[in-house]
Amino acid sequence: MYDVLIVGCGIIGAAAAYELSRYNLKIGILEKYNDVANGATKANNAILHAGYDCVPGTLEAKTNLEGIRLAKTLCEKLDVEYRQLPAMVVAFNERQMEKINVLYKQGIKNGVPGIRIISREEILEREPNVSPKVIGGLFAPNAAIVNPWEYAIALSETAVRNGAELYLSTEVTAISKEDDVFKVITTNGEFLAKYIVNAAGNFSDRIHEMVGGKGFHHTYYAGEYYVFDKNQCRLVNSLIFSCSEESGFKGTTIFPSVHGNLLAGPNFYQVQDPEDLATDGQRLAELKKNILEVVPCIDFRETIREFAGIRPSTNIDDFIVGESPYCPKFINLAGMKSPGLSAAPALAKICVDVLRDAGLTLDLKDEFIDTRKRIIFRELDEQSKIELVKKNPLYGRVICRCETVTEGEIVEAIHRPIVPRSIDAIKRRCNAGMGRCQGGFCGPAIHMILARELGVSPLDIVMDEDGTYILTGPTKEVAR
Amino acid sequence: MKYDVIIIGGGPAGLAAACGACENGAKSVLIIERAKELGGILNQCIHNGFGLQYFKEELTGPEYAERFINLVKDLPVQISLDTMALEITRDRKVKCVSSTGGYQELEAGAIVLCMGCRERARGAISIPGDRPSGIFTAGTAQRYVNTEGYMVGKRIVILGSGDIGLIMARRMTLEGAKVLACVEIMPYSNGLTRNIVQCLQDFDIPLYLSHTITKIIGRTRVEKVIVSRVDESKKPIPGTEIEFECDTVLLSVGLIPENELTRAAEIEIDPATGGAVVYENLETSVPGIFAAGNVLHVHDLVDYVTEEGKRAGAAAAKYALGEHRSGKVLKVESGSGVVGPVPQLIRLENVAKSQDIFFRVRNIYQQANIRVLDGDNVLCTFKRNHMIPSEMERIRVPRTILNQAVSDRLVLSVESREEEQA
Amino acid sequence: MKQVVCIICPKGCRLSVNENTGEVLGHGCNRGEEYGKNEVINPTRVITSTVKIAGAAYPRCPVKTNGAIPKELVLKAVRLLDDVELHAPVTLGDIALKDIFGTGVDFVVTRSMERAE
Repeated sequence: MYDVLIVGCGIIGAAAAYELSRYNLKIGILEKYNDVANGATKANNAILHAGYDCVPGTLEAKTNLEGIRLAKTLCEKLDVEYRQLPAMVVAFNERQMEKINVLYKQGIKNGVPGIRIISREEILEREPNVSPKVIGGLFAPNAAIVNPWEYAIALSETAVRNGAELYLSTEVTAISKEDDVFKVITTNGEFLAKYIVNAAGNFSDRIHEMVGGKGFHHTYYAGEYYVFDKNQCRLVNSLIFSCSEESGFKGTTIFPSVHGNLLAGPNFYQVQDPEDLATDGQRLAELKKNILEVVPCIDFRETIREFAGIRPSTNIDDFIVGESPYCPKFINLAGMKSPGLSAAPALAKICVDVLRDAGLTLDLKDEFIDTRKRIIFRELDEQSKIELVKKNPLYGRVICRCETVTEGEIVEAIHRPIVPRSIDAIKRRCNAGMGRCQGGFCGPAIHMILARELGVSPLDIVMDEDGTYILTGPTKEVAR
Repeated sequence: MKYDVIIIGGGPAGLAAACGACENGAKSVLIIERAKELGGILNQCIHNGFGLQYFKEELTGPEYAERFINLVKDLPVQISLDTMALEITRDRKVKCVSSTGGYQELEAGAIVLCMGCRERARGAISIPGDRPSGIFTAGTAQRYVNTEGYMVGKRIVILGSGDIGLIMARRMTLEGAKVLACVEIMPYSNGLTRNIVQCLQDFDIPLYLSHTITKIIGRTRVEKVIVSRVDESKKPIPGTEIEFECDTVLLSVGLIPENELTRAAEIEIDPATGGAVVYENLETSVPGIFAAGNVLHVHDLVDYVTEEGKRAGAAAAKYALGEHRSGKVLKVESGSGVVGPVPQLIRLENVAKSQDIFFRVRNIYQQANIRVLDGDNVLCTFKRNHMIPSEMERIRVPRTILNQAVSDRLVLSVESREEEQA
Repeated sequence: MKQVVCIICPKGCRLSVNENTGEVLGHGCNRGEEYGKNEVINPTRVITSTVKIAGAAYPRCPVKTNGAIPKELVLKAVRLLDDVELHAPVTLGDIALKDIFGTGVDFVVTRSMERAE
């Protein structure tokens, strides 16, 4: 019997698990995919927003500001790539300038530090590659970029190290409640719990409905992004947002990633299926036009890939956080559209408070592991490289040429508290295969290392989710 | 540790560079190779067609590689396998790492860059659609099938009719898969006619010219692809969609020289070739650092790679022994119909009897003239009867002709002879 | 008359060959005429493939036929390789499968592979 079962291990579930694992509780995390952070957490723009976008007085506004304040120390402690960068919203006509003024006023009310209106001249001085047609903008110095899946991985790994139990490939199919105990039926067995935290992202409406909940049925909005080669990154120094005239959409952004790539996007369109991550040629062409209007010199021959991300939208214009009025001891952390990533650590703390108010006894552990450090070969100085290879020769074999990732790092990642079971799970943890050749060269090598370390046949290794098999059989076995 | 010549890469270019360096006086040569064996990409190219020019024999990739691996065994060449070069510096130091040798910093009298190239992957050419597994570049599939011994799919559509795609069409068929189609965006195939016949026609695999894959569909694994005809500007024509039910897509859509190390050392790169800008002796913009093979410009014949490797090795040895080049420089530029001439710079006093210039043409030419222009003046003309973009061309320009140049730039251009007559 | 594209040189002459008489039209040289005739009357191919190998650094060893065999035997011939298993070390030129279907042509190893630890 679990004290708390968390449904979903994206950034929200991971953050909640991390906070809750400080306490003497039996915590279970149920994740439907075969890796954490596989939903919206994997496919977003990785931006920690300054907070001027949020309507003042909402939970979004409060947790956005609080969340980004907590993020810096959290990322440092848990070794997550984080970089503070200013945000700039740019306007190309008077109507957009009016919107900028609205955002400015919101920012002031929300307490965004250092926010100010910025002139055309200052924009072009800071960002000479922005189109000269810009007429003015908004400037906020306290935004940041983060590695979103590493954030979720770090938080959930730490939770697991502190005793939380994570179940991957475990999809919740039904929940019933009897004698104040939840019975959760999943594709991987049954679980009992006193409290449930619903952090199921795109599927949180369905989980809520399983306990008879009502009130927020999802529609889904998606956005596509372009990822450019690192050689395009020198074109911008901050997070440049074009001024969106659509509500619920923050505008197309051109910005660096923590890995040194340039990213641009998203666009904004509705989808029916929360797992429909297909990109579309015409939409992408339209997006390209919009991007070039803001930074005209981006070289689209330098694209490495495109991806789409989906998040839910409800009829409620705020996060949906709290004990469900339909079901006691069922805590919603739902309605997570932007700024979900930014707000996550603050939402996790609120989740703890809500559970306490709902009757859960919380007493702090005496010992809590609160740091995490990875070995990233390419970032070490020469002396450290020499010593590391002497100690463990696997750090001397570079597997991914484009990103200089060694076999030592890949093997280490495979033996961490949350075991990656797919090629993409390795990519996300080690950066191998993220570079120019997109794993063309290192793919087979990573594949064989993963099979070896997991003790399975290479035929059993998947590319990403369950079912994404790579190989169909050995050669020379045609007739059999 | 100091070597006369350090060669980065032990594929055909690097092996040839080692031979060229030793033949020209280098006493200590080191090849740094990231794989556990020499041979580079040739090890997985188990098909025929290599060596027709160089050895006057038709060899498979591994056989061609083994010839040079055996030659190098008898030369003063040290080989560091399973070793990755991490950085090269402008003063010719090489930082590398291996599991057995640890992290090392080496010094070279001269360096030859022979890192080869990589394949263009899906995102770079933006095929819209789902993100299923089952999409491979042809070379990655080739590695799985030929070296690791695993099949990557049962029903296959190939995008790109370059030789790698054609070769894999045959390879997959011989291993029991069904290849449904080869789809090529241009109105002509990029591969050798011999491969069209022996890889597609032999197995009744249809070739769709002026077509491209416009969508990939599949939730977890590829389930189907949509192929459309394209117009002259390569845009898909609505209404021409053909659907193929398949589980695998092989991409053969271009090769890109692998110049991470080159860029990091701030060696000048030519955007037209994707490789370094080089002088007549294959020296890059940094003295003492040379380049050869696919890292310099993507070749179609390994025989040319060998020749180029040997010349670079020879020049590197000479540099290491104190022969440093300078002098008046002629720039070589592309005129109409021409792209990516190599070398891009010629130091006239270092050309002996003649200078070979390699380039590609932009179109198909049946009867054409290649002209070398100095301003308006035609210095010389070469007649060719059959030129296509997928076959690298070579002209040999005599020193006496180069001496006549008055300006500091030569322009190569191609005109079809019919235009001339018209 | 059968239409064949000659592959002997890059010109790619389009040949017309009479299946019965072996007469060739459209060739630009003697080698092309020879090719056209053979390709229609008795087309042959060299095959390259791999076989299983035990004890080497990799599980597959490349092989090729050391001569050309009739084109219609190609797909059957490669299936013979399914049952071949070599044992490292092997040397370039070693015979992997002798005398394919009585043609006198063998499959030979094209890559020397040592014993691996």
